[in-house]
Amino acid sequence: MTNSIGELEDAECILVIGSNTNENHPVVAARIKRAVRFRGANLIVADPRRQDLVKFAKLYLRQYPGTDIALINGMMHVIIRDNLYDAAYVAERTENFEALKQTVAAYTPERASQISGVPAADIEAAARLYAQARVASIVYCMGITQHTVGTDNVKTLANLAMLCGNVGVWGGGVNPLRGQNNVQGACDMGGLPNVFSGYQPVTDEAARKKMEAAWGVSSLPAWVGKTMTDMVPAIGAGEMKALYIIGENPALSDPDADHAIKAMQKLELLVVQDIFLTETGKLAHVVLPAATSYEKDGTFTNTERRVARVRRCVPPLPGCKPDWQIISELSTRMGYPMTYASPEEIFEEIRKVTPSYAGITYQRLEAGGIQWPCPTEEHPGTVFLHKDRFARGLGMFFPVEHKDPAEMPDADYPLYLTTGRLLYQYHTGTMSRRAPGLVEKAPECRVEMAAADAQRLGIADGDRVRVRSRRGEIIARAQISPKAVAGTVFIPFHFAEAAANKLTNAALDPVCRIPEYKVCAVQVQKA
Amino acid sequence: MAETTLTLNGQTVAFQPGQTILEVARGAGVEIPTLCWMKDTLPTGSCRVCVVEVEGARTLLPACATQAAANQVIMTESPRVAAARRMVLELALASGNHNCLICEANGECELQALAYRYQVPFPAFATPPDQPYYFEDNNSMIVRDFSKCIMCGRCVRGCCERQVNDAIAIGYRGSHNKIVAKADKTYIESDCVFCGECVQSCPVGALLDKNALGRGRAWERTPVRTTCPYCGVGCQLEVQVKDDRIVKISGADLEPNHGRLCVKGRFGWHYVHHPERLTTPLLRKNGELTPVSWEEALDFVAGRLKDLKEKYGPEQIGGWCSARITNEENYLMQKFMRAVIGTNHVDHCARL
Repeated sequence: MTNSIGELEDAECILVIGSNTNENHPVVAARIKRAVRFRGANLIVADPRRQDLVKFAKLYLRQYPGTDIALINGMMHVIIRDNLYDAAYVAERTENFEALKQTVAAYTPERASQISGVPAADIEAAARLYAQARVASIVYCMGITQHTVGTDNVKTLANLAMLCGNVGVWGGGVNPLRGQNNVQGACDMGGLPNVFSGYQPVTDEAARKKMEAAWGVSSLPAWVGKTMTDMVPAIGAGEMKALYIIGENPALSDPDADHAIKAMQKLELLVVQDIFLTETGKLAHVVLPAATSYEKDGTFTNTERRVARVRRCVPPLPGCKPDWQIISELSTRMGYPMTYASPEEIFEEIRKVTPSYAGITYQRLEAGGIQWPCPTEEHPGTVFLHKDRFARGLGMFFPVEHKDPAEMPDADYPLYLTTGRLLYQYHTGTMSRRAPGLVEKAPECRVEMAAADAQRLGIADGDRVRVRSRRGEIIARAQISPKAVAGTVFIPFHFAEAAANKLTNAALDPVCRIPEYKVCAVQVQKA
Repeated sequence: MAETTLTLNGQTVAFQPGQTILEVARGAGVEIPTLCWMKDTLPTGSCRVCVVEVEGARTLLPACATQAAANQVIMTESPRVAAARRMVLELALASGNHNCLICEANGECELQALAYRYQVPFPAFATPPDQPYYFEDNNSMIVRDFSKCIMCGRCVRGCCERQVNDAIAIGYRGSHNKIVAKADKTYIESDCVFCGECVQSCPVGALLDKNALGRGRAWERTPVRTTCPYCGVGCQLEVQVKDDRIVKISGADLEPNHGRLCVKGRFGWHYVHHPERLTTPLLRKNGELTPVSWEEALDFVAGRLKDLKEKYGPEQIGGWCSARITNEENYLMQKFMRAVIGTNHVDHCARL
């Protein structure tokens, strides 16, 4: 997030797009709802599903899956046409405005409406609500990113925010909600194919030299590695032979999961380190039992860049080890001794090589989390980014064009499928499906569909249905829900016995290599 | 903003216009007891425990709902105030079955603490109710025991103002007042989303975390502050531990959640103590995953990684960090893959 969760209560307008906040980030949703109820904020919700947050919205925009760019470009068209943009901000703090203006000129509300299905009058109204607010926040999640145009979707939101002077101000910003406890930290720490910790590129010689000196090694690889979504096909093609996986369950979470499982079976060495024997663990050559976060010390970094302590509450279950110990022991066995006495010692090393974390210490974290960048021990941390200037100097508008999703409904597969999470479950269910209360509320996979679709297909609530895509099929019970809009079905991906990712499309965004989980085409029939 | 002063228990105290007497007193280090007051919600002044004596006022005034005014002369513990509080507490005790012996809240109950502080005797002639007290135990997370409810309304404000879930309200009229979910249904049949804010808001033992029932008193547990393992919001938790087991989890009053949690953070921790947890390394032998020692497993992995690196080169080896493990562990994993294996095929599930 460019800004902080607490700031949401001070936004005059909040645009929530591609985020089912009430179910997936309920504590953030509480802040948004408080802004609406107690501060009079105008909430705009744009989502293919009529999700719960819509009850609090001034305006609900129901776009077809995969048409966000057209919708947002349409809003920007209105904002520029009616001179509602922040001209001073655009002049002083941004560049490439003319190109943006040219691109969005073609997205009249009528054309944007034709592509997105949102009535033109609503696009106009949304544009005015967002642009006329003193300060407006954009909140988004995987509904924006999990598309073949994921990167472009984010760019178009950044364009909108900059156009109205909403970046670098309290209560504003472009705010992705990260879905997993430490996904931010895993990125910050260099758990990516192209960067070391603190986003220092592996292709930068100075960065490599710095790490080589810190780590006491020579010739660190200078080439950019593959993303997960590219490693799986490479494994399938026999181009990679060994994989060491910590705390991931690709057999259930990868797109076109059957294909992923076949690839994993070709590996000469698959090591899986996890707390349970997952679907992926069952394919492994070696499984290493790890400790949970309640059993070890460390830090997590949340979606607003806040580094907070993880503390050992109970000792590790006998037989398990914290992941840092397992990695250290493995490294030592391979001739590179790692002899850290505690996670704090590792954190001290992180601080030395990661400028954005340099000022954070375990001792400072005793009083509560600190938001990076935090370059020195005297620095209070950074509540919102891009104040006074952008990281690159001027904010750059990157105009983008609408492109259709990789797979669209047709005569054979006439319905859109979109996937996501439920309030009561989490990811592949490894943790959440073992809590009695959560299982009681969400015991099984349900295929959420609109009454109109169900009626046409002769399906009643609770009927078993077969959902088929070009890649696979699953059987689950139907749930006729007012959240679903005719033409689109929704399936949560938590349930191994009806794995939604057997259906999803492994088509990737060309830049960030994210799969298009949010749109593919399916057929549904009574099973 | 203009600052002005008032007199609090004989001391001159400065305050900002708009502050309540309670806020001014707390700012000055003077503790006024409360029951229905709750942070981040609108004061209702309904329990009357926070009443104070203000010179010139016709009645005692609720400190939580009365704005401070210039030159007020306020007494927070005068004999009149103490007598009024005693009466309020005695009425609360008379309104239910407040037997502390086996109450889960014993030791952390705010009513119990105040009864002790003001030495309120147990009511001699408590009126028995016309019908049995409402008791609800039909879900796995929350127990509702209205024999302990004092109708302070904190659960309702927690639900509707702190979480804005709007699942419960005060229903019925007068002495029939009761906290209701939907049209007086049980939680599991209502719109309740089991965030558990009501449980955390309850000052007595009327709303209970079912996991913690009979699992130890407040003073037998150790609280540990940590960060939630579920979504990326990073809610701060207070984990109650007894005998190396988690008993229950509450929200800590820190950024970003300020006490709030969702159903997963509060009630989703059972996996930690689950019998299906892996407790020994497994090595595939004759096609079967077989329990082995750590020595054997780690030797095997190290040996195979060395062999495969030699045979195919580091660019045929990949390692996945994890959004579930700590920063320290992610850092070590990428260091291991880059410095020891020599590959940049390092990634994690950020895209999934």
